[in-house]
Amino acid sequence: MKTTTAALTALALLTGLGAAAADPLKIGMITTLSGPGAGLGIDTRDGFMLAVKQSGVTDVEVLVEDDGQKPELAVQIADKMIQSEDVGVLTGIVFSNLLMAVAPSVTAQDKFYVSTNAAPAALAGKGCNPLYFNAAYQNDNLHEAMGEYANRDHKTMFIMAPNYPAGKDSLTGFKRYYKGEIAGELYTQVGQTDYAAEIAQIRASGADGAFVFLPGGMGIAFMKQYAQSGSTVPVMGPGFSFSQDVLGAIGQAALGVKNSGQWAKDLDNPASKQFLEAFQAEYNRLPSIYAVQAYDAAQLILSAHKTAEPSDTEAFRAALLKADIQSPRGKFSFNTNQHPIQDIYLTEVVDENGTLTNHIVEKIFSDHGDAYAAECQM
Amino acid sequence: MPERSFVPSRGLVASLAVIALPLALALWASFAGETFYVTLATRIAILGLAATGLNLALGLGGLVSLGHAAFFGIGGYVAGIVASHAMEGTSVLGLPAISEMAYVWLLAAVAAGLFALVMGAISLRTSGVAFIMITLAFAQMIFYLAIAWPGYGGEDGLPITLRNGFFGLRTMRPMPFFLISFGALLFGLALFAVLKASRFGAALQAARQNGVRLASLGVEPFRIRLVAFVLSGMITALAGALYADLNRFVSPSMLSWHMSGELIVLVVLGGVGRLAGPLAGATLYVLLEHVLGGLTERWQFFLGLALLAVVLLGRGGLMSLLAPKGVRHG
Amino acid sequence: MSPALLVEQLLNGLQLGVMLFLMSAGLTLIFGVMGLINLAHGSFYMVGAFACAAIAAATGSFWAGLAASLAGAAAAGVLVEVAIIRRLYDRDHLDQVLATFALILIFSEGTRWLFGSFPLYLDIPPLLQWAATLPGGLQYPVYRLAVIGLGVAVALGLFLLISRTRLGMRIRAGENDREMIAALGVDIRRLNTIVFALGAALAGLAGATVGALQSVQVGMGEPVLILAFVVIVIGGIGSVRGALLGALLVGLVDTAGRFFLPRIAGLFVPPAEAGLVGSGIASMLIYVVMALILALRPKGLFASHA
Repeated sequence: MKTTTAALTALALLTGLGAAAADPLKIGMITTLSGPGAGLGIDTRDGFMLAVKQSGVTDVEVLVEDDGQKPELAVQIADKMIQSEDVGVLTGIVFSNLLMAVAPSVTAQDKFYVSTNAAPAALAGKGCNPLYFNAAYQNDNLHEAMGEYANRDHKTMFIMAPNYPAGKDSLTGFKRYYKGEIAGELYTQVGQTDYAAEIAQIRASGADGAFVFLPGGMGIAFMKQYAQSGSTVPVMGPGFSFSQDVLGAIGQAALGVKNSGQWAKDLDNPASKQFLEAFQAEYNRLPSIYAVQAYDAAQLILSAHKTAEPSDTEAFRAALLKADIQSPRGKFSFNTNQHPIQDIYLTEVVDENGTLTNHIVEKIFSDHGDAYAAECQM
Repeated sequence: MPERSFVPSRGLVASLAVIALPLALALWASFAGETFYVTLATRIAILGLAATGLNLALGLGGLVSLGHAAFFGIGGYVAGIVASHAMEGTSVLGLPAISEMAYVWLLAAVAAGLFALVMGAISLRTSGVAFIMITLAFAQMIFYLAIAWPGYGGEDGLPITLRNGFFGLRTMRPMPFFLISFGALLFGLALFAVLKASRFGAALQAARQNGVRLASLGVEPFRIRLVAFVLSGMITALAGALYADLNRFVSPSMLSWHMSGELIVLVVLGGVGRLAGPLAGATLYVLLEHVLGGLTERWQFFLGLALLAVVLLGRGGLMSLLAPKGVRHG
Repeated sequence: MSPALLVEQLLNGLQLGVMLFLMSAGLTLIFGVMGLINLAHGSFYMVGAFACAAIAAATGSFWAGLAASLAGAAAAGVLVEVAIIRRLYDRDHLDQVLATFALILIFSEGTRWLFGSFPLYLDIPPLLQWAATLPGGLQYPVYRLAVIGLGVAVALGLFLLISRTRLGMRIRAGENDREMIAALGVDIRRLNTIVFALGAALAGLAGATVGALQSVQVGMGEPVLILAFVVIVIGGIGSVRGALLGALLVGLVDTAGRFFLPRIAGLFVPPAEAGLVGSGIASMLIYVVMALILALRPKGLFASHA
């Protein structure tokens, strides 16, 4: 697969200077392929390329470049892709802070951006844009689902997230649906790896449940430390903290943890089964939710390209809005702010023959949109 | 008798060539319609300016600051904050928010200068590794402040919808913006050259070589160094403001210690204390990043190897290759 | 706020402190003996953690992994010292900063090349996987107590090594006068390599013990590296005793800040914002403390005589 990507990139570099005769669709993928967050970017790229490969189309070029999780570099690559390689659609950014740097500048240059993951509130409400689509969710969605779930069994909750905008969105989303008492609300440092002080406070708070949003390495560290703290307060969190890319590193400490997601590998529909098999056959590992989102983003772009060119922004946008795809997530449509309307599930970490993964427990929200759509004027 | 006509030294020619390079790149790209390379040349000019600021403290004063990202970021945030308030039509700390670069630069230089004054007053009491580390600590303070401060985007950063203006020029277009940045670079280089040749510059370099002897001559090294440090921070802040306008975005990563490290890399790569050294370093670094990044996703590995090779093999940086020391240089 | 909670936070601060000591002891020794500023010290921390995770996964034994972390980091240290660092001793700090900055890039990207981009699994040994009940009814993870014990043991060992052995004597001599000990017939090159490897091994040990508690991933060494630099500057560069006290100070101040500041902020602003403001100031706190200490004592608390 790497060679395919490389070949496509090389091809793109060769043809980049002169406009190709047949004008194939050029898609620019900027994603994180180096540094601590690289795992997410690799799943994004692989999910996306799988959809491109399965579609069998030949008039599509995907240019992949690494942003190193640096906003400035992402902006530079976006400028290069737009100004010198003439891509029509950009995609692939994992992290909200990079997306905030790139998306406004992409849409200002009349190009489309289809997000495979990051979905900050700022781009879903007042800052929405006709050329900006999100194929994943809105940042708050998975937290909202956990708030709804916590209403059932928990009277007092301790809630915690890192001190950055996505963390604030998280706790806001949780509290939007949770009606019980909040025993404590804590913001931790971004990139923090020792949670002894916070765990002590969870135990001392008297809460009967803890909602924790800590993506990536932060979540791995927290869960391992929590498991040996002797605390009996059950932990729950959004799917990001327990997605396939980190479960292996957390290990048994994650077993049984309730979380939320728009997809899990046991979701019973033909598209999901087909995707799961194909991904495992191609890459020899289980896909994370990031791979699914990127897979759908690719499907969306390719489906729109059947009827329109990105240069015809009105037509391409209308084609994208139809969301004419077979998503592994099942039902999928776009809201008025061009963010998904989809089902959201309660999932649980289980041990499946030695591999940790998520299974669906039940559906929490049907056809769930987001809280910001009303603020979006397009 | 040899002819007494003016023969420019090899150093001067090399410096002029290095300075002309981004201009040539931008002009070529503009004519060829390769807009992106104008942007790349702009990036080179701005990073070159930031590193020129550092070169004043580091090259002339021997002050190895691992905290110049603080000034770079302060400049960036001033540009971002002014632009966002100007969009909303509100004021900043009682000052009017005017989305005009000259005004932004002034504010950026003042803000960074004040911070440099405090930082320098404390840091310059130390020397050697302690100085490196305490400057790092100050930059980390600002870094965490930017992340924690709720008003301006925190970790996510602050987008700038429209670049700040410059006396009616269409700054959103690549070429005018390049010319503005290149002009700022020339200003920074001229300031560096003037300071280097001045009595102040001589005292600063004397303080680097032998502070005790300078003190015995009745010149206070601390104050000279402090002035140099403040000026250095102000130039780097000017570059930071331009960088934010270039990216139309500012975030805490401009303040991270990696940024400080990269600025040092630019100076050492090009040649410490040489006029065009930082710019040469910036040119090589940006081009390396651009070329390697297009070739392989493991580009950081090869960038590391390249940097290592430069340190181990090419002492004195790029400028020493172009114009070896001993030969008079510009 | 119960006394038990305070004691628990105190232990947490101690544990963070001893881990920082393992990192900073090597850093400060390397600077003291060789005058070298090593930004890549965090890479040895990462190498230790990855070696431990890989060997623990292959053998099923955490203890084998721990041994591997020492050996792996020491080997990496020797390799780097002989191939690169050796050429930098008589250069100025600038070249050292640049070269070791380049080494960070190489180590991080190289590790990713070897081990892939996903965090590795490393858990603490079953023997230590429980919480002890301390006097006062406080439940505290045994592993963290063991880490504190390990840190104390290493500190003691290091002091004995430096004050009682021939190697220690040479290290002290090297800090005082490099030409002198060369003149006395001590092989200074070998001494350098040994000290560098020792520092790397300590960092690797820290990486492995912390990796089991946190997460083993590329880039894990950098935040710790910065903290370790704060420690050695506060303590006085080159002083192992200063590194110990600096490490404990930073560990305690950082933990206390994260615990108390949100509460203090809660007195002034509404609770929802108190968490944000408090944690924001907490993350700046140790740097403020460092600036204050250096403003009063520019050479740190325990300046070495070098």
